[in-house]
Amino acid sequence: MSDHHHKETFVTKYVFSQDHKMISKQYLITGIIMGVIGGFMSMLFRLQIAYPEESFSIIEAFLGRAGEGGVMTPDMYLSLVTIHGTIMVFFVLTAGLSGTFSNLLIPLQIGARDMASGFLNMISYWLFFLSSVIMLASLFIETGPASAGWTIYPPLSALPQAIAGSGLGMTLWLVSMAIFIASSLLGALNYIVTVLNLRTLGMKMTRLPLTIWAFFVTAIIGVVSFPVLLSAALLLIFDRSFGTSFYLSDIYVAGEVLHYKGGSPILFEHLFWFLGHPEVYIVILPAMGIVSEVLAVNSRKPIFGYRAMIISIIAIAFLSTIVWGHHMFVTGMNPFLGSVFTFTTLLIAIPSAVKSFNWITTIWKGNLQMNTALLFSIGFVSTFITGGLTGIILGDSALDINVHDTYFVIAHFHLVMGVSAIFGMFAGVYHWFPKMYGRMMNKDLGYLHFWLTSIAAYGVFFPMHFVGLAGLPRRYYSNTAFPIFDDLADINVLMTIFAIIGGLAQLIFLANFFFSISKGQKSGRNPWRATTLEWTTPVEHIHGNWPGEIPAVHRWPYDYSKTDENGDLWGGEDFTMQTVPIRDGEEEF
Amino acid sequence: MKALFYIIIFVIIIVACWQFVKLLGLTKVENQTATEKENNLNGWLLLGFMGFVYGLMIYSLIGYKDVLLPQLSASAEGHHIDVLFKLTMGLILIVQFIIQFVLFYFSFKYRGINNRKAYFFADSHKLETIWTVIPTIVLSGLIIYGLWTWNEIMDSSDSKDPLIVELYAKQFQWEARYAGQDNELGNANVRFIEGVNTMGVDFSDKNASDDIPLVVSEGNFVKELHIPKDRKVIFKLRSQDVLHSAYMPHFRAQMNCVPGMVTELAFTPTVTTAEMRLNEDTQAKFEHINVIRKEKGEEAVEFDYLLLCNKICGSSHYNMQLKIIVDEQADFNKWLATQKTFAQLN
Repeated sequence: MSDHHHKETFVTKYVFSQDHKMISKQYLITGIIMGVIGGFMSMLFRLQIAYPEESFSIIEAFLGRAGEGGVMTPDMYLSLVTIHGTIMVFFVLTAGLSGTFSNLLIPLQIGARDMASGFLNMISYWLFFLSSVIMLASLFIETGPASAGWTIYPPLSALPQAIAGSGLGMTLWLVSMAIFIASSLLGALNYIVTVLNLRTLGMKMTRLPLTIWAFFVTAIIGVVSFPVLLSAALLLIFDRSFGTSFYLSDIYVAGEVLHYKGGSPILFEHLFWFLGHPEVYIVILPAMGIVSEVLAVNSRKPIFGYRAMIISIIAIAFLSTIVWGHHMFVTGMNPFLGSVFTFTTLLIAIPSAVKSFNWITTIWKGNLQMNTALLFSIGFVSTFITGGLTGIILGDSALDINVHDTYFVIAHFHLVMGVSAIFGMFAGVYHWFPKMYGRMMNKDLGYLHFWLTSIAAYGVFFPMHFVGLAGLPRRYYSNTAFPIFDDLADINVLMTIFAIIGGLAQLIFLANFFFSISKGQKSGRNPWRATTLEWTTPVEHIHGNWPGEIPAVHRWPYDYSKTDENGDLWGGEDFTMQTVPIRDGEEEF
Repeated sequence: MKALFYIIIFVIIIVACWQFVKLLGLTKVENQTATEKENNLNGWLLLGFMGFVYGLMIYSLIGYKDVLLPQLSASAEGHHIDVLFKLTMGLILIVQFIIQFVLFYFSFKYRGINNRKAYFFADSHKLETIWTVIPTIVLSGLIIYGLWTWNEIMDSSDSKDPLIVELYAKQFQWEARYAGQDNELGNANVRFIEGVNTMGVDFSDKNASDDIPLVVSEGNFVKELHIPKDRKVIFKLRSQDVLHSAYMPHFRAQMNCVPGMVTELAFTPTVTTAEMRLNEDTQAKFEHINVIRKEKGEEAVEFDYLLLCNKICGSSHYNMQLKIIVDEQADFNKWLATQKTFAQLN
């Protein structure tokens, strides 16, 4: 692995690279491109929701025949919400977030030359790339992309007679996701093996930065739950193509009775949510890890309750695998089962509350360095709390009945896992950009990006709760068919305006990101004065990460502003690198 | 091609952003990390942002009160839900208002100015115990109350003389069937669908002949579903093609319709349509709606209970509805007597 004199060609360095740092950049840029596409879709359907009868040339420009005359068709609306959800959850917040930061930080922060298997890591990225291409290709086919919602519940997703998107579009969706799952499993196994085996001398599990703990546990949840989605998808492929009846039974559609007998869509729902719920923690845990790290570095204080943070990550991960049924309270599942899932679901609020209080205590009496990464981390804590609290309503089976599948749910999960995870991802990008590209991102553009984004996020998703409480179901192409929803028009317009502001604000991020890669100011080796190992590597990337020996670790990663018995800072600095041995008279935390 | 034009515009905006900052950047000495001046500015902005968030929350809570569902639940079960909902919402709002304040206030107060020194504070078992135990106690209370409510709603085994109604969902309309004299629905399966028998009822089943369908034979949609006040209604739900969900927000009731199985939902209506129209919330809401409709040149409407589809089911998912009328029992019985049973129809 340390043969860094070996000649690199353009292809082995930039395309089929096995270097974790390059793979991490590939994940990030692919994730950003997918994010732009998924985000742009939401702009289009927000226009439709706010102005259902008006014509927009931008809709016609991008949707072609499905947007003839500037008004999108109902099928296209459903396709857009389906693909928006799929892209954002899987391609941006799973691959884009975990793929980028697990790859970048696991070797660098634990002190390893690379991932356990660079080759598998490369395969993992290229499978992700392939699945992205297939997903995007499905946008251009005659019958339109998948349109049964990102949860692809059969029978709708199984029957092209029921909706056009369930033809070739759905096939491509399933193929793309099967490849995606393979990619994600290869990545996750690699992360787990690397964290367990390749830690440098002195890097005990209890000296790992919380980022690594989060990525490690996330990878474990992924390995436990993604295969279940694969089997769900395979059985759906069987039902669609080979006439089996795993999910289908007693169906009459398009004037004829179908042969299916004995299957149940509820089986699919169980299998889907067995992944689907852990998935939201696969999305949020890495963001939590990043935020913990960024808050500690920029508060110039240790993270509060390091051990409690680790325990709550593990508790959340464990509970996340036994709460999936709360998505199914009103599906016809036995009500007793509903009671059990209510119990486990509300328990998950406890470790989440512990984490939130610990973040706030980390800020308390700190010396906050208000860079963009810290701002996004504070934003994360805020939106995570706002969105998380309404989870107490949705997780309670009795209360879920009346808000299930309404905009209340959309508001809840966008705040708690959408906006929060994206904020965590932005915090990570701004914080580790110097590590990735050896340059700094522009501060002023960063501040502007944060302020516009966070105002837009609250502006879109806070009022949305009330649309849900008014009883408006999600995935309605238009609510003009119901006079009782006429008074929601103003709120919908307001949310769309905020959404467009938020969308435009991302152009600022794109400008900052792409220009800073080549034009940004050169960064120092440790610009944020952090303690962790990645900042001991040279700014210029080299294969194998450290030119000489891998440094040994002597302490935990959060020795910020530690003072001796006289109240003076140890070493005269407000941070002590993990590589510094414990000094005479100093107590290890 | 026009799409390309839009993409070029976006790219130009991106380039312009960078050029603009570069112009500004020329005039000042760059410091790579946040300066005290920036810490101060962003600290104040965070405080301002807190103002924005609180303003938005308060504005939404007060200003959007009119658009919510009428406060009065139209079913006995819904009343239990409303009580639990108000309790939970109250708790959530209190926590939200306090915690957001603490977060933003600390962020502002400890912004890095005047050579501030951070305080090394890594652990406190006392604090952590407090914020593990308090949420645990509060959540336990909510869980117990929630499960009690859930059981009250879902358990309809002890109801006396319930009215049994089948709701039949299909792309994109609802049909219905009353159980008739014997109060038992005849068997049905999609394999019996033929001609006027749109719900696939098995006429060889003796329970079927007295069932009263709410489907008009010429293929007209069902216009209204009548149910009686103060009598438990048990809905048996079936679907013909894909998943649908029977959502009756005014009754706080929802259950999916699943092809291949019969699901169930039950409630006791407590407010007739006529009574709900006189309700203050409802009147205020509909006055508002009718003002909006008048501006758009649409005719005025009055309140009606609704059954909506709340599970994505295809192109016209957004318009799959059925009007529900809650009558006094005597009126309901009179109305039902005018409807024809299968025996009379065939």
